[in-house]
Amino acid sequence: MSDKVLTANRLSDGISVWLDAAGNWGESLQDAFIARHAEAVSALEAAGKTAFADNKVVDVNVIEVVEVDGVLRPLRLRERIRAEGPTMEYAPGYKGLHHVAAV
Amino acid sequence: MYRYDEFDHAFVSARVEQFRDQVGRRLSGELAEDAFKPLRLMNGVYLQLHAYMLRVAIPYGTLNGRQMRMLAHIARKYDRGYGHFTTRQNIQYNWPALSDTPNILADLASVEMHAIQTSGNCIRNVTADHFAGAAADEVADPRPYAEILRQWSSVHPEFSFLPRKFKIAVTGAERDRAAIQVHDIGLHLKKDDQGRIGFAVYVGGGQGRTPMIAKKIRDFLPEEDLLSYTTAIMRVYNLHGRRDNKYKARIKILVHETGAEVLAGQVEQEFLQLKNTELKLPDADIAAISAYFAPPALGERPEGWANLASWKKADPDFARWVHQNVAPHKNPDYGMVTISLKPIGGIPGDATDVQMEAVADIAEDYAFDEIRISHEQNIILPHVALADLEAVYRGLVATGLATANAGLITDIIACPGLDYCALANARSIPVAQEISTRFGDPERQANIGELKIKISGCINACGHHHVGHIGLLGVEKKGAELYQITLGGSGDETTSIGEIIGRGFEPEKVTDAVETIVDTYLGLRLSKEETFLAAYRRVGPQPFKDALYGAKEQEAA
Repeated sequence: MSDKVLTANRLSDGISVWLDAAGNWGESLQDAFIARHAEAVSALEAAGKTAFADNKVVDVNVIEVVEVDGVLRPLRLRERIRAEGPTMEYAPGYKGLHHVAAV
Repeated sequence: MYRYDEFDHAFVSARVEQFRDQVGRRLSGELAEDAFKPLRLMNGVYLQLHAYMLRVAIPYGTLNGRQMRMLAHIARKYDRGYGHFTTRQNIQYNWPALSDTPNILADLASVEMHAIQTSGNCIRNVTADHFAGAAADEVADPRPYAEILRQWSSVHPEFSFLPRKFKIAVTGAERDRAAIQVHDIGLHLKKDDQGRIGFAVYVGGGQGRTPMIAKKIRDFLPEEDLLSYTTAIMRVYNLHGRRDNKYKARIKILVHETGAEVLAGQVEQEFLQLKNTELKLPDADIAAISAYFAPPALGERPEGWANLASWKKADPDFARWVHQNVAPHKNPDYGMVTISLKPIGGIPGDATDVQMEAVADIAEDYAFDEIRISHEQNIILPHVALADLEAVYRGLVATGLATANAGLITDIIACPGLDYCALANARSIPVAQEISTRFGDPERQANIGELKIKISGCINACGHHHVGHIGLLGVEKKGAELYQITLGGSGDETTSIGEIIGRGFEPEKVTDAVETIVDTYLGLRLSKEETFLAAYRRVGPQPFKDALYGAKEQEAA
């Protein structure tokens, strides 16, 4: 089973957040609580349902990640971009297609 | 331009307060997400990857300096200092907090703007030729009719819960700059033999996962019948449009499955019942709305001719910009200026708060306070005296808005793609940036000539890839991005849907593929006057397939 974390968007401002081990929703994927077995994933799902019902977050999802040298990286590009932000500078400027989120 | 009357002000203000109450109840937990979501969508608030997104309506792409300043203010105060102008002549903000949205809408209402019907299964912002009221080739200004449609369709109780969203576009010239044949309803304003104003009516066009070119169901509809005939179309759609499958719910599917002739018959039957009802537009009403769109008093400015010649001689960059970004106005002393939002290597359609304010300043000083947004994600100043072009250009240079590429290969349409959009499968903006950088050399672009590249990050086709001369569609394949290329699409009066050229390309190879296509075109065109689209229509896909995939690969396939 691949490692999993719980992500959502905060209700008040929509910013992407991840659930940490203390049960708080933080803005960094790297602080997320990692579920490594089925029971832990079930606990994440339950925590997500509760947080949604409590109107703290919306669009709650369990996502797959890999941990390499202590750094969490989502398997899907979509989730990497959610975690790291748009892959280019917002205002005019160019970073190239090979930004870290893409590779 | 149209000015709100007392009713408009009261209606929009009431709507802001209603939404403020709804947001308050959502944040307090009184309203659950399922109940709130349709309410926020009715006010233009989406949830995207990183944050909420607010889409603000710019009716038929027309606004003034005061309104542009307010868009800048919102970008600065509530967002991250920029906004994204869209392919439907609107603006989107990518980072607003839900808790701020009532205040944003209140600020918008103070300058007669709102976000109503920018989402949901209703009649969306009516779009129009961005050169309306100024173009030399125009029969009549399409904006009064777009405004009449806007007023009629705003919170129309019968058409607020359609099978699916509904988009109307109006053009006032033979040259279609509003892409009317890929809209649910396309209206082509024209005159009949007796000089009466009316419309050719197209129905059932659209892009998305099932691209369709609209069918003409009326050669000439007199202007007084605009609302009764449009109502007839909407009723037929509302009654027969599919509601069982979201992907088959647009009117294009109904037209396709019913057949244009049968559908036209149903519309005519409905129209007979409506023709002489209160929906018939009195001349006085058309005149009253048209008066709001009266052209500014354009004084004679013949000195511009001589000035322009000497300025161009002195500054080749200015000359290039005039050549590429200034189009003929109906008054020969004036020009229509395209302010490119496609800096080389930049993000198509994005403008910072500082740039928006600079445009407002320039519009007020030199362009009779008139600004337009084009569906190609650029800003237009429709009335600028040739004698003022140099000052306008200097102002644009100072704020990074003087890229001389209107209509060229770097004037790329791109949707927000996977960098922002919750629906996207692949990124669009970085692909546009890389292509723009590759072809950014002014001489190279000029040599290639007119070439429209359009990029979508998913099958919903917000980046109009189906009608790109070169279209790129981003898909997700085995967890990675892949770009499918279509060739030969066009969104003008000769509308065509692009043909898929072959297997897709990885992100790091797609710019090379575009370059191969462009080089193939340059090698086979009959002359510099033969555009990419004309050449493609002459030779077909084979030379491009050969160049991209080689004979061996095609044989193997």
